[in-house]
Amino acid sequence: MEKIVASMAGNVWKIVKNEGDVVSSGEDVVILESMKMEIPIPAEADGVIKELKVAEGDFVNEGDEIAIIE
Amino acid sequence: MIKRILIANRGEIASRIIRTCKRLGITSIAVYSEADKEAPFVKAADEAYLLGASQVNESYMNMDKIFDVAKKVAADAIHPGYGFFSENAVFRQRCEKEGIRFIGPKSEVIQQMGDKINARNAMIAANVPVVPGTEKAITDVEQAVEFAKEIGYPIMLKAAAGGGGIGMQVVREEEELRKVFTSNSERALNFFGNGSMFLERKIENAHHIEIQILADEYGNAVHLFDRECSIQRRNQKVIEEAPSPFISEKTRKKMGETGVQAAKAISYTNAGTIEFLVDEEENYYFLEMNTRIQVEHPVTEEITGIDMIEMQIRIANGEELPFKQEEIKRNGHAIETRIYAEDPVRFFPSPGTITSVNLPEGKGIRHDIAFTENYQVTPFYDPMIGKLIVKGETRKEAVERLEQALANYRIDGIKTNLPMLEKSVAVPQFKQGNTTTNFVDNYYIPLIQKS
Repeated sequence: MEKIVASMAGNVWKIVKNEGDVVSSGEDVVILESMKMEIPIPAEADGVIKELKVAEGDFVNEGDEIAIIE
Repeated sequence: MIKRILIANRGEIASRIIRTCKRLGITSIAVYSEADKEAPFVKAADEAYLLGASQVNESYMNMDKIFDVAKKVAADAIHPGYGFFSENAVFRQRCEKEGIRFIGPKSEVIQQMGDKINARNAMIAANVPVVPGTEKAITDVEQAVEFAKEIGYPIMLKAAAGGGGIGMQVVREEEELRKVFTSNSERALNFFGNGSMFLERKIENAHHIEIQILADEYGNAVHLFDRECSIQRRNQKVIEEAPSPFISEKTRKKMGETGVQAAKAISYTNAGTIEFLVDEEENYYFLEMNTRIQVEHPVTEEITGIDMIEMQIRIANGEELPFKQEEIKRNGHAIETRIYAEDPVRFFPSPGTITSVNLPEGKGIRHDIAFTENYQVTPFYDPMIGKLIVKGETRKEAVERLEQALANYRIDGIKTNLPMLEKSVAVPQFKQGNTTTNFVDNYYIPLIQKS
């Protein structure tokens, strides 16, 4: 199990992968928007998205959990 | 008479507008979000009103809330600054409806220049040279491939409603165009609500040089010379200077005249900027028009001695331009560096709290800044937190002052681009005044990769 956390504070602009989707390491899971810039948040391991903890429009702080990969 | 100006903006530009209001004896009214409660511009304004939560749609991009305050406090004019509603025709129309003056051009011209394809066509009609490209919006990839063949690679793929470099990309061959067209179009649709694209030939080794325009409501228009803004990262400007060290006096004069001709052709009013790409042979091509005050207006103020915010207010007040073209003189050389709260290597934003600050002081140094010590840079807005502007009698003197100032400039607690600025101004090509839009890629990136 691997947690994906926000690398910086921002708004969740786009959900790229949904629960149940297969992802490989380096693939974007969500895209944050911070200071008018898109910040892609990639998976750091291969697996399946077990849980997505954010929705589009949510505000996240640095270090907040975004998703759990199994 | 304009007596009470509501500033529908934040940060350094709000502080800048307040400064001129104070000098002119006009009441300045700030509006702010939760995140900006403690911001210097809120404290500097004569009056300040909370709009709402930090997110822009609850505050700076919430038209209803802004007009609620404007009416409640009986503002007689709104200055939109740059970004936010500054180039929004609907906001402009709303001002008219509410009987509040908008400090900027008319809504028709905002709309016309805001659509990159309409802007191009208006310039063609005004005999202003444009970059060879498509005359109509392109919505599908096959169409794009056809046009690209006609124009010739490399091309610039751009969003019709674009801004801030979003949806914009250099494309070097057909295969690449097929790959990127749809994703850029989708991004444009997401950001601007319009997925239309257009293509232009990519001008190699281009300089980005722009002409500052002032025009009143009586058909008078003048230019305040040029600015060179070639040094950019992520298609956004980082270092700007006036006058351009690249073009000859002959080209300078011609470009200024072209700028005035363009402004008159579209019946422009207030302050505006016409951006050009200039190739190695000093041929220039219309790129776009910004129908607002620019971030980099201070370099023009420094060399002309004209307060641009004051001129904007006077024009909106229905006054005639107080000078003729031949009365506008320039003197010396000015350079601006934008201070961004961002990682100087990857250019990613870096919000956080500024713990301490050291601002360089001395002759020819000006600070237009949003921050103080203990200021919180929040993730909600643009990462630009201020500008350092230097002036010298000559470009050489200005560059020396800039190097010295940057060496003494310190912001602790967050990452900033100060190290990037210091390295960039030390590059020989910058010292020689030879700065093209490839500057960061050609000189800065290799420099940091080495170390």
